[in-house]
Amino acid sequence: MTIRGKSHIAGAYEHPDRKIPDKSVAQVHAEVALGAVADAGLSLSDVDAYFCAGDAPGFGPLSMADYLGLKRLRYLDSTETGGSSYLVHVGHAAAAIAEGKCQVALITLAGLPRSRPVPRPSSSALAPEAAFELPFGPTTVSMYALAARRHMYEYGTTSAQLAAIKVAASQHAQHNPRAMLPNPVTVEEVLESPMISDPLHRLDCCVISDGGGALVVVSPEVARDLPRQTVTVLGHGESPKLADNGRIDLTYTGAVWSGPRAFEEAGVTQADIDYVSIYDSFTITVLQTIEDLGFCEKGKGGAFVADGSLLAPHGRLPFNTDGGGLCNNHPVNRGGMTKVIEAVRQLRGEANGPVQVPDCQLALAHGNGGSLGTRSAAATLILGREDA
Amino acid sequence: MTAAAGNPGGAGSLPAPAPPVNPETQEFWAATAADRLLLKRCLDCGSVIWYPRAICPDCSSLRTEWFAASGRGHVYSYTVNHRGEGVYQGSTPFVLAYVELEEGPRVMTNVVEADAADLAVGLPVDVVFHDTGDGSALPRFRPRKDQ
Repeated sequence: MTIRGKSHIAGAYEHPDRKIPDKSVAQVHAEVALGAVADAGLSLSDVDAYFCAGDAPGFGPLSMADYLGLKRLRYLDSTETGGSSYLVHVGHAAAAIAEGKCQVALITLAGLPRSRPVPRPSSSALAPEAAFELPFGPTTVSMYALAARRHMYEYGTTSAQLAAIKVAASQHAQHNPRAMLPNPVTVEEVLESPMISDPLHRLDCCVISDGGGALVVVSPEVARDLPRQTVTVLGHGESPKLADNGRIDLTYTGAVWSGPRAFEEAGVTQADIDYVSIYDSFTITVLQTIEDLGFCEKGKGGAFVADGSLLAPHGRLPFNTDGGGLCNNHPVNRGGMTKVIEAVRQLRGEANGPVQVPDCQLALAHGNGGSLGTRSAAATLILGREDA
Repeated sequence: MTAAAGNPGGAGSLPAPAPPVNPETQEFWAATAADRLLLKRCLDCGSVIWYPRAICPDCSSLRTEWFAASGRGHVYSYTVNHRGEGVYQGSTPFVLAYVELEEGPRVMTNVVEADAADLAVGLPVDVVFHDTGDGSALPRFRPRKDQ
């Protein structure tokens, strides 16, 4: 069985705000849910499947489903893989729809880490590995810094090459009126920004923002009657990458497995892809992912990104045209949702004018959740225009 | 980068927060209090197991045994962290690292007693134990002195 062409993303909505001190987390989930169903030309009463992850307040999917008043639910999924959860959800929704389990799947993400810093979840202290990691003071940035250092050691990658990723994102963000960091930066400015965890500088890191986003995935039968242009789900792949009994290798991500699965299901190759949304928690995340997805040879990502390949609209591999997590928005420290949303915009021809990829037919969206330095989960989606 | 990146003997002493201990890991942590680094080995497939656990993640065997590690290894990767969180907030900069033990596993730890200029992937290191005050000690690593 394949999910190719058996479901469509009909609604995609990014919360317009980046700082929301005066609302609750549930309230922002509701705002993005309403935004996405309205974008699809549907209402919450049409929703028969609900998907959410660890950012949803309450008990799994139940509290938010109750809060939203979803009365027709027959399918629930609260798979939690950090920032990649929402790409996993699209894949799972596509499979559920293909099996006839549901017809209108709602996926929501929302949170307020900028207004109200979120403590490390107490569950992480209960993890079986916790005693062997947490006492040594790992932070999110430092775990990615360990990966960057090892990649530099094995492949000669430089800080200037990593900086080129931020530079490209900032070039795109200048056209996004909602971007948190709308000003273009230079490689030198990245390298001169404060060192957070060597070799990662402040400008190698994504922003921290309040907000959220939501998606509506529907069956072809539902899509047919909607006024809005939809996006076809062509392929999906997901894979955890684990610490592997002390054999951890920090130079690659789970994209080495999720990517080929998605390409195979979609029946396309890297050369067919017009636009990519790559989760950019840190610059090193993008570099490793591009290599692992096969857009360049392993270890050659530094040279690939340094020559302008990522720049829209005419680079070899235009990426993150909203400015990504590095410049635009990174709601709840979970960047997967906004990756799908920008891919949908590109395929609908609704990206910001100067960065719209001409005749964008095929897009790839990729998320990497958890930590590149320990355990992570990769998810890859290949999406096409409605008639793809 | 400052010269002394983590020097528990000096003013920038690192905190040594006590790890949560449970029946599965009690023997490991008790040994650290006596300056001994234990590892687990699978009695069926022979794999060295890290982190310590009751099941062998390579062959699913439940037959495992503890053995004493050499305490020697080399740096697999490291970072000088300038933004500590929690109890590390006042201890920056400090070095977070993966050290590859002679027995194979790559373990998360801190490199201590090292000047920033000496830090490198591949640096030979030896284990040192930092008392948590709670019946355990954190296995950290310092540059090998006989090099």
